[in-house]
Amino acid sequence: MSILINKDTKVICQGITGKSGMFHTEHMLEYGTKILAGVTPGKGGSRVCDVPVFDSMKEAVEKTGCDTSIIYVPAPFAADAIIEAAESEIKLIICITEGIPTIDMLKVKAYLNTKTARLIGPNCPGVITPGESKIGIMPGYIHAPGAVGVVSRSGTLTYEAVWQLTQRNIGQSTCIGIGGDPVIGTTFIDVLKLFQEDSNTEAIVLIGEIGGSAEEEAAEFIKMEVTKPVISFIAGLTAPEGKRMGHAGAIIAGGKGTVAEKVSCLRNSGVTVVDSPADIGETVEKMIS
Amino acid sequence: MKLYEYQAQNILHKYNVNVTRGEVVTDAEEAAKVYNQLGVKRCVIKAQILAGGRGKGGGVKIVETLDEVKDYTSSIIGSRLITPQTGKEGIEVNKVLIAEAIDIKKELYLAISIDRSTSKITIISSTEGGTEIEEVASKTPQKIFKEQVDPMLGIRDFQARQIAFNLNLTGPLLTKASNLLKNLFKIFIENDCSLLEINPLVLTPDEEIFVLDIKMDIDDNALFRHKEFQEIHNSLDAGSTESMASEAGLSYIGLEGNIGCLVNGAGLAMATMDIIKLHGGSPANFLDVGGDAPVERVKTAFELIFTDPKVEGVLVNIFGGIMKCDVIAEGIIHAIEKVNIKVPLVVRLEGTNVEIARKILDNPDLHIIFANSMKDASEKIIKAVNDRK
Repeated sequence: MSILINKDTKVICQGITGKSGMFHTEHMLEYGTKILAGVTPGKGGSRVCDVPVFDSMKEAVEKTGCDTSIIYVPAPFAADAIIEAAESEIKLIICITEGIPTIDMLKVKAYLNTKTARLIGPNCPGVITPGESKIGIMPGYIHAPGAVGVVSRSGTLTYEAVWQLTQRNIGQSTCIGIGGDPVIGTTFIDVLKLFQEDSNTEAIVLIGEIGGSAEEEAAEFIKMEVTKPVISFIAGLTAPEGKRMGHAGAIIAGGKGTVAEKVSCLRNSGVTVVDSPADIGETVEKMIS
Repeated sequence: MKLYEYQAQNILHKYNVNVTRGEVVTDAEEAAKVYNQLGVKRCVIKAQILAGGRGKGGGVKIVETLDEVKDYTSSIIGSRLITPQTGKEGIEVNKVLIAEAIDIKKELYLAISIDRSTSKITIISSTEGGTEIEEVASKTPQKIFKEQVDPMLGIRDFQARQIAFNLNLTGPLLTKASNLLKNLFKIFIENDCSLLEINPLVLTPDEEIFVLDIKMDIDDNALFRHKEFQEIHNSLDAGSTESMASEAGLSYIGLEGNIGCLVNGAGLAMATMDIIKLHGGSPANFLDVGGDAPVERVKTAFELIFTDPKVEGVLVNIFGGIMKCDVIAEGIIHAIEKVNIKVPLVVRLEGTNVEIARKILDNPDLHIIFANSMKDASEKIIKAVNDRK
C-alpha cells in the first residue's frame, strides 16, 4: 500500500522532448513507471524512449487514458501546462519546474480549487512509491519499499533522509517532495492526512525548512489528527535573517519562520525533532523498533 | 529582488500615484542643483540603501538651507549607515534622494503581500503609520486590518472602501483612498511584486494622500518578463560575489565562517551548514549549485568559494537527483587544475551517476578526502581545517 501513486499509475510526461524531460523519462521507465505518453506542442507524432509524443494533453489523455502527469516544462510556460493538465481531466499533476512566478501560481491555485485535480509542487522532486512507481527526479536506487512515509519541502534533503532509512533497512511507503515555493499545490497537512489514513504507513518523516508557517500549521494538525509517530528535521538554523536561501520560500522575515519557532511548535505536538540532519535514520529506527 | 526607494517611487509616479517631488543624486553639487530646482525651503534627504529603519540610523534629514543640503549630502555619501536592520557593519550609502518635505496631518500604514497559508493576496493596513509595524501588531493587534483578495477577482470596490473605512478615510477622502488602493493593487500585480509596503502613507492638511516611504520587492522568478527590472538587477551591487553567482545561475550567500560549502539543493545546502555548526565548525557560505548544472557552473561555483579569503577548507556535498554526480566530479577536476586548491577538500557524493563520478575522482594526486555520509563529511572537513592550524 502507498499513497497517491502505485504500480498501476499511468503517466503522461509534459515537456518530454526537453533535456530534463528525456533524461528523467528514461530513468522513470527503467524504474518501472508506466509512462504511456509525452506531450510537447509541435512535436506530436515523434517518440521519446519509444513513448509516443502528442501535441496536446487532451489528445494524449484520449489516446492513452492516463490520469497522472509530470511536468518538466520551462517556468514561463509551466503554469499553463498545469492548467492544461487539469482541463484534460488529469487527477494528479506533479510539477517539477523551478522558478514559476508566484502570481502565476496564485491564479493556478485558485483555479485548481474549482477542480478535483491535485497538484504536487511546483519546484519539487516528485513522488515515489518504492518498488512500484517513480514520478519525479529522485534517484531510484536510494529507496526501498516499506512503511515509513516521507514528506519534505526540499528535494535533495529528502534524498538524504531516505538514504539514511534505506541504509538501515527501513523502507518507505511513499516519499513526497511538496516543493520549496511560497505557493504550492499540496501542503504538509494534505500529505499528513493521507499518511494517517494509509494502513501501510507506520511512521512519518517530515522535513521542513525556515520561512513561512507550513511547519507550524503542520504541528497544529499533528496535535489534533495524527496518531502515528512523526520524526522531523528543520533546515536553516545557521541561515541569516532576510536572505533568500535558494528556495523562494526559504527566507526568515522579521524574525518569523525561524527554526527555533518551528521546532518548538512541532515538539509541543509530540513530534520527535532531531537537531542534526545526520540523525534522521537512526532516530526513526529507534522509534519504530 | 529589492528595489531602492527612488526606483519604487519612479514606478508609482508612472501610475500617477502621489509621491513627493524629488530626485536621486550622488554628490553634494547635484544635491544643491536639485534643491534649487525644487524651489521649496523644506526638503528631506534620504539615504538610499536596501534596508529599513533609516530614520533611526540617521539616514533621513530635514534640511532648510542650501548649506545644510550640501553638508548633509557630503557627510552621508560614502559613509556606512547602520540601522536596526543592517547589522553591525552597516551599508555604504552611494545615493541620496532629495525631495520636498510635505506637511503631515496623519501617518498611516499600508502593505500588499502574498499570504502563503491562504494562497491569496493580503492587504494589511493600520492607522498607526510611521512606526515599526511589528510593534503595533504585538502591542495593539486591533489596530491592524487585513483584507484578503482573491487573485482571480482582484481587489473589489467594496474591499477598497472597507480598507478606507478602517483607516477613517471618509467623505471626499473615501474615493481618493479607494482609487489609490486599486491602483496600488494593479502595480503589485503588473510588476510581479512580492511585497509593496508604504510606511507611512500620509494624509496632508489639505486632504491629499501621499506615499512618503515605500519598500518594493520583486519576485525573482518573474524577472524574465520584466526587462526593466533585469537592468536594475544587473546594476545592483554589480561585481559583488552574490551578483556574480546569480549571473551564473548559482545561489550564493557569504557568511562569517571558514568552511566553504558546495551543495546541490537549498534544503541540503542549509542542512550542510547546520551540521558543520553542530560539529563545532563554521560555514563560509551558502551555495546551491541548483539542479541540472552544467560543468561550467560547477567551475564558477568553486571560483566563487575561493573569492572569500577566509576559506580554509571546502566541503562538497552532492546528492544527485536532477544534478548528475559526474558533472560535479568534472567540475572538481577543473577546479583543482585551475584554482589550485591549497586547502583541504572533502567530497561526499551520492545519487544519480555516482559510480561514474567516483571513477573520475579516483586519483590520489587529487588529494581529495572522501566521505561516505553527511556526518562523516562534516567531521572530516572540520578536522582537516583544524589540523592545518
